[in-house]
Amino acid sequence: MIHETSWIAVLVFLFFAGAVLAISFYLGSKAKSASGYFAAGGGIHWAVNGIAFAGDYLSAASFLGICGMIAFYGYDGFLYSIGYLAGWIVALFIIAEPLKRLGRFTFADALDNKFNSRGIKLAAAISTLVVSCFYLIPQMVGAGALVQPLLGFPHYVGVIVVGLIVTMIVTTAGMVSTTWVQFIKGSMLVLLCAFITVLLLMRGVTTKPTDANGKEVRILKRGVPAAEVTGAAGATVLPEDGAWKAKPYVRVKNSAGVVSVWRKDGDLLSEAQTLTVQKDGKKLVNGLPRGKRAGEADLAPVGYVSKLPGGVEKTGPKGPFGFLRTMQESEVILWSNEKIAEADGSATTVYYQKPTPGSDFMAPGSSPTFKKVRSAKLFDKLDFLSLMLALFCGTASLPHILIRYYTVKDQISARKSTVVGIAAIGFFYVLTLYLGLGAMTSGNLDVTDSNMSAPLLARSLNEFLFAVLSAVAFTTVLGTVSGLIMAASGAVAHDLMTNFMKMKLDEFQKVRAAKIAAMCVGLLAICLGILFAKMNVNFLVGWAFNIAASANLPALVMLLFWKRTTKQGITAAIIVGMISSLAWILLSAQAYKDVYGLDPARAIVPFSQPAIVTIPLGFLVLILVSLITPRPEEQGKAVPARA
Amino acid sequence: MAGLDFKAPVAQEQEDAAVVAHNTRMGVILFVVYVLFYGGFMALSAFWPEVMSKPFLFDANLAVVYGFALIVAALVLALVYMKVCRKSK
Repeated sequence: MIHETSWIAVLVFLFFAGAVLAISFYLGSKAKSASGYFAAGGGIHWAVNGIAFAGDYLSAASFLGICGMIAFYGYDGFLYSIGYLAGWIVALFIIAEPLKRLGRFTFADALDNKFNSRGIKLAAAISTLVVSCFYLIPQMVGAGALVQPLLGFPHYVGVIVVGLIVTMIVTTAGMVSTTWVQFIKGSMLVLLCAFITVLLLMRGVTTKPTDANGKEVRILKRGVPAAEVTGAAGATVLPEDGAWKAKPYVRVKNSAGVVSVWRKDGDLLSEAQTLTVQKDGKKLVNGLPRGKRAGEADLAPVGYVSKLPGGVEKTGPKGPFGFLRTMQESEVILWSNEKIAEADGSATTVYYQKPTPGSDFMAPGSSPTFKKVRSAKLFDKLDFLSLMLALFCGTASLPHILIRYYTVKDQISARKSTVVGIAAIGFFYVLTLYLGLGAMTSGNLDVTDSNMSAPLLARSLNEFLFAVLSAVAFTTVLGTVSGLIMAASGAVAHDLMTNFMKMKLDEFQKVRAAKIAAMCVGLLAICLGILFAKMNVNFLVGWAFNIAASANLPALVMLLFWKRTTKQGITAAIIVGMISSLAWILLSAQAYKDVYGLDPARAIVPFSQPAIVTIPLGFLVLILVSLITPRPEEQGKAVPARA
Repeated sequence: MAGLDFKAPVAQEQEDAAVVAHNTRMGVILFVVYVLFYGGFMALSAFWPEVMSKPFLFDANLAVVYGFALIVAALVLALVYMKVCRKSK
């Protein structure tokens, strides 16, 4: 879909970007010391830190990816919400207080607190950089997806704009500005989404969705007798040859030469939409050049309820449970697609309608990601179990979340801020189900881009709301990316340069080194954001969680609970966890399909999510290496039992 | 707080070993409770997905109710943890 530039959105967007930068420069003038730069001097109030946790954690993936996945496939997207929130239990009950007690500035400090091992410093720093980079990709992709419709720029321009602004935020005041940006955006995001959910429930559900101006959205034809389409005056049915042979489509050329594609369902046909990318890169929509002018065509917005319970046309306002009940008992037109490679080198994607009952999409297994849970084979279910395990274990292993424990003054504050974070994040994740289902039935979905579902839902309610939501979503990206870049720059300047390489740097030089590192990571983030532009951001975050959980969690947990843990065991667990999960991901069917463009059936590993194998592997390696190396007390440094 | 030197002194909290042990024990107990609850959700979703689509509470299906319950339970257990944790003197 081509999105027209919304000037209100541009103004709100500029206001937000200006405000965020002004805050950063103001705080930057106050925070000159290294401790202020890396950990905000440990002086952040627990309540502010709790909301900043939400601001840090509720990333583009949470907001754009989950809402998009629910809007396109239903309940399966909500599984991510559940997993992301559940992970905070590990953070609160197992990690928060000890991490603060071992506290320094980075995740590596905590692991190395009792050993002073260069191996641990190096392994933990590399792990921080790898996880941060993997987590940066979806944030930057989300940024591009947002700025594209807002400003009318191509995706890559959006990624560059975001990358530059975030780098400026981080290099001005470090953790202080990052915290306040995250606090502001966390509060605004949760409040705004709550407001949209209330509007959504008041609007209810209808079979005839309208746009923000009250104009009915065009519904594509469905269940039309084949003879009516093929026998229309001037219509010519194109032969089913070449790549179209044996496909369930009918192509009909009208008297003006325009080719429409219909999907067969017995003797009935349903209108489909096509997007063709020609060999020279030009794009055609439904056979015409892509555009908004005469003689051009654009993909139509989609997604509506085709049948409501009791056959009514609209439900009127609904309560929270009433809304969900209605969705379960309705039929919704979801969309699927199929790629067809033509002999002339062009590729056509056919988007076709898929009427789906609520009883199907409101239960696990309706999306391509999780469809295997409905398979009878045990092996097929491992992918789902593995992802849910990664989400559960990954939160407490994310470097940008872990460093936030150093910004409060003591363990009680760490605990309290985690509880505030759980409340805010949990509330937001409940809202994602409503936002996603609301987008699914709003009649305004972009069939090519699930990441735009939430902003387009807001647009269906009100143009100004769309502007504000897009701007808040933009700051969402800024908040999370700045946290990630902070974690990465800390790993370079503090862990690698100061502690591993033993470089003699004064306070000023250390902060400068961190700022240069932040700029380099920002540049890398821009490149990755452009390279992975077409992937669903939520799926990419799943990968980051897998790597974080596999590399970091075994080391953190065993350090806290097993006094026989040795520095060699920790180093080995981090390296093996990181490399094995990374390798597994790169050899998975999902990577074959989405990254290399190869046949996923040729993938080497049996399922895409590695956590169920690589987390236990990390624990096993740590235990074995610790057992075959001398006890910690024999190596000169004792490891006291945690409790 | 000190500078960035790894060996620079960092303000340490006064810790009471008995309090730390108590808080750790509470954390582990509540963690196990939640893991069992979360594990039940994973098992039902993976092995009996058809059960998850059955109406359960207020006619909402089990998948939705269980999902919401996991989110609410996280907050409830977090508040319980706050309540049972002790402070170092």
